[in-house]
Amino acid sequence: MYAVFKRELFSFLSSMVAYITIGIFLLVSGLLLWFFPDTSVLDYGYAELSGFFSLVPYLFMFLIPAVTMRSFAEERREGTYELLITKPITLWQIVSAKYLACLALVLFSLIPTSVYYYSISKLGLPEGNIDSGAVIGSYVGLFLLGSAFTAIGIFASALTKNQIIAFAVSAALCGFAFLGFDYSSQIFAMQNFETIISSLGINQHYQSISRGVLDTRDLIYFISFSVLFLFLTKLVIEGKK
Amino acid sequence: MGISVKNLSRHYDNQKAVDSISFDAKPGRILGFLGPNGAGKSTTMRMLTGYLKPTSGEAEIADKSILTQAIEAKKHIGYLPENTPLYTDMYVKEFLNFVGQTYELKNLAHRVDEVINMVGLTPEQHKKIGMLSKGYRQRVGLAQAIIHNPDVLILDEPTSGLDPNQLIGIRALIKELGKNKTVIISTHIMQEVEAICDDIIIINKGKIVANDSLDGIKKANNQDSLEVIFRKLTA
Repeated sequence: MYAVFKRELFSFLSSMVAYITIGIFLLVSGLLLWFFPDTSVLDYGYAELSGFFSLVPYLFMFLIPAVTMRSFAEERREGTYELLITKPITLWQIVSAKYLACLALVLFSLIPTSVYYYSISKLGLPEGNIDSGAVIGSYVGLFLLGSAFTAIGIFASALTKNQIIAFAVSAALCGFAFLGFDYSSQIFAMQNFETIISSLGINQHYQSISRGVLDTRDLIYFISFSVLFLFLTKLVIEGKK
Repeated sequence: MGISVKNLSRHYDNQKAVDSISFDAKPGRILGFLGPNGAGKSTTMRMLTGYLKPTSGEAEIADKSILTQAIEAKKHIGYLPENTPLYTDMYVKEFLNFVGQTYELKNLAHRVDEVINMVGLTPEQHKKIGMLSKGYRQRVGLAQAIIHNPDVLILDEPTSGLDPNQLIGIRALIKELGKNKTVIISTHIMQEVEAICDDIIIINKGKIVANDSLDGIKKANNQDSLEVIFRKLTA
């Protein structure tokens, strides 16, 4: 499994995919955080990163599908999937390796944003006046959200040989998983299952972790979410055998 | 350490791509798998290598069931798929190292150099696969198939698109490998079959229409040329 993980990761790093994805992510998040007046933390007046953490899920909705779209779609289009699956590695190992390689790239894109935390902490009055607990919680939440989106992306990539379709399906599914349940729950406003429906969505669990409280229910939700989609990926690929 | 196939079938909806075929392939012999396009050659090879699931039937590779001991069976197979799919963004050595790692090979660096030398890739070994000509890509495909010194080699049209000089080299290599391995090759080139194969299976519309040694098949058909026999049996 390690061999496949390494190949996937090196393939990202030796092509422009990794650099363009991380570059776009840092550019857009930087512009939103520092430059555009509506979202700029400088105009906001409070030394906190909550604006950044509420914007990133929307960026991830497009950037993660861009990273994951090639995972299985390209392998199947190029025929290299035949080469891979006829090696003595299980399908589950292949799916996991591809998932972890994409997740590593998501992690790489988050690491440079720690500069934002440092800068805002320095800008606070008094210096360092920032709620570090909430920031750490938000980073954990963001990573877990990224892991869920990555699992969706890998699943979408297994559905088709066409990378564009994989991207579109993945972005739509990520959008629905993040916001769809919240919106759907409003149809049943004031009814008992309103909260049940909205708790199925990623947003509620992400918001919960972002408050700085690591609840095991949220952790279990994110882990189960990723495992479910990876399992569906395996089913889809096995169905094509 | 050969191949044993029993009533293997593969259906696509109502179409029977492979229809209950049975055969054995023995070590030290090269089996030529012949048939017109769409006869079921690649489908059979894909089932043996674990890429496709049989609709029914069973096969054993080196006494390991492809259904219940798939990973164990795959360790014994070296497979060159049709059209030689390769990771074109990788360097030759990097790719062979990657393949070797999937088999958890020990002393891999040495083995990579050895197979590069065996298939005649030495002058191109530092290039990216995407930069190689078709002939050299075919050699990379063959190198990855033999890197773990498998007992069984399954080669789907290993010489397609090669120039005459490359053909001779690759055929000689396959012949050499066939001395102590079980080799199945599919091809459309009859001279190739006569040059390197010991046994022949002709498949048509998913069914085996001939299964014998090269000499046996000729004897049974009044010493006709293989091309005539092929046309007669697959018309």
